[in-house]
Amino acid sequence: MDLNYGKTCDIPAIAGEPAVAIDHLNFTYPDAANPALHDISLTVEKGEKVALVGPNGAGKSTLIKLIAGLEPAPPGKIRVYGNPVGDCHHKVAYVPQRGDVDWRFPVSVRQVVMMGRYVHIGWFNRAGLEDRAAVQRALDMMELTDLADRQIGELSGGQQQRVMLARSLAHEADLLLMDEPLNNLDVRTQESIFDVMDHLADAGRTLIVSTHDLGVLPMHFTRAIFLDKEIVADGPPKEVLTARTLLRAYGVHIHDHEGIWDNGIAAQHPH
Amino acid sequence: MGSLLSILIEPFAFGFMQRGLAAGILIGISCAVLGAYVVLRGMAFIGDAMAHTILPGIVVAFLNGVSLFWGALIAAIVTALGIGWFSKEGEVREDTAVGVMFSGLFALGILLLSKLRSYRDLSHILFGNILGVSDADLLVIAGVCLIVLIAVIVGYKELLVTSFDPGHAISIGLSPSLVRYALLMLLALTIVTAIQAVGVVMVVALLVTPAATANLLTKQLPNMMILGALFAAAASLIGLYASYYADVASGASIVLALTAMFVLAYLFAPGRGWVWRALKR
Repeated sequence: MDLNYGKTCDIPAIAGEPAVAIDHLNFTYPDAANPALHDISLTVEKGEKVALVGPNGAGKSTLIKLIAGLEPAPPGKIRVYGNPVGDCHHKVAYVPQRGDVDWRFPVSVRQVVMMGRYVHIGWFNRAGLEDRAAVQRALDMMELTDLADRQIGELSGGQQQRVMLARSLAHEADLLLMDEPLNNLDVRTQESIFDVMDHLADAGRTLIVSTHDLGVLPMHFTRAIFLDKEIVADGPPKEVLTARTLLRAYGVHIHDHEGIWDNGIAAQHPH
Repeated sequence: MGSLLSILIEPFAFGFMQRGLAAGILIGISCAVLGAYVVLRGMAFIGDAMAHTILPGIVVAFLNGVSLFWGALIAAIVTALGIGWFSKEGEVREDTAVGVMFSGLFALGILLLSKLRSYRDLSHILFGNILGVSDADLLVIAGVCLIVLIAVIVGYKELLVTSFDPGHAISIGLSPSLVRYALLMLLALTIVTAIQAVGVVMVVALLVTPAATANLLTKQLPNMMILGALFAAAASLIGLYASYYADVASGASIVLALTAMFVLAYLFAPGRGWVWRALKR
């Protein structure tokens, strides 16, 4: 017996519809004086690798949560594969910031990755062979097999981030929404996460990733959206990261915009 | 040795002691199993509040001569829904809503109680009387324990993911607030039975302390539940002996035994107890 948690979107995505389409979205948190997002319109096509950048408090996390359905978007403003938010749970995976997860919780790595399968298993059912196989594939891919039975708090920060990524792999979603997956990671772990992102994009998956690490953008993303409550710039990473946007984001003056990659601007912004 | 054994066994020649022991074990199991979620989700305050708000339900049922169980259950359900309703719009913080409901309904219960003549009834409700468990009570306690175990086993996935990562639950279409209401209903059932053992005032000890103690000793949820149930059952046994031999209040003895276990675990838990950490320094 199948009892899905929510709508499943098994109807094929409406032909020709983009992965995400947002139309003049405004969003204010309840009790907040100022809007968190103002007049956001954007379209993300299938297979794009989009970086969401901008200063702290720019609404990057909010936008990701709205697309994932964690915050209630005004009706009709966001469409995912042509459907309203919440109609496509099978196809959309959300990867929370590492700081939003209770790492002391008594669960093992394998159990957390299995949570990526819950959407396919549904109410009260038990994991089947197919689910176990998917979890094992995700663990192998993220090189977590040896750690699978550890409690998640025993892992390093990079390993923990890989656990959350493995969970989204097990989900087998088409659209992955990742909130700061590169935060506080060493270069080697970042590289392994980029490898997985590249692999997912090659398989036709769509990625929307928030980050404040600007140095990685040109190499690893096809597009950057500069957000500061509204869309400041949107395009190929090198065009988005101009002296103007950087000044707005971090209050640093860059006169030579060719030189920003050499100067390690990502290390200079306050965090 | 023979005499020690007889000291341990002798009390259980009495029917009321046997029923007390059975009740203690069954209540311990339901409390520890749900208590694991109470501890992990930070619901200790709401558990305590529900125990207190049950009081007017019990008194009204008593005054009307209906089963205390149903009176308590209705009051618990009203509390769970009321807290959800008050805090839903975000106008009032949830702990504030809990605090208001909890003290108001508890005061109503005390007011109603003050109209009763017998103080004995009051003290049993407030502080528990595990030696007064009847066969009918035991049946209800066993039924609730069974319901809790079935619910926790069948809904394991759902309880786990909504406790660990509510955001992920929402993103897969599983409503954390739905699961939370179900958990509050189970808590209501459990608290109603646990009041028999330790009373309204100390129920939160059975919900929180065994699970918290177990949480210091294991990093796996099922083990946390099993260990917690063992601690709670052991504490019931200790409480029964204490009240049989020392003629002290059974409910308070149970709670003190649980507290002692927690302190011991906090000090000596292998690898992470206070002593262990002090030695590492």
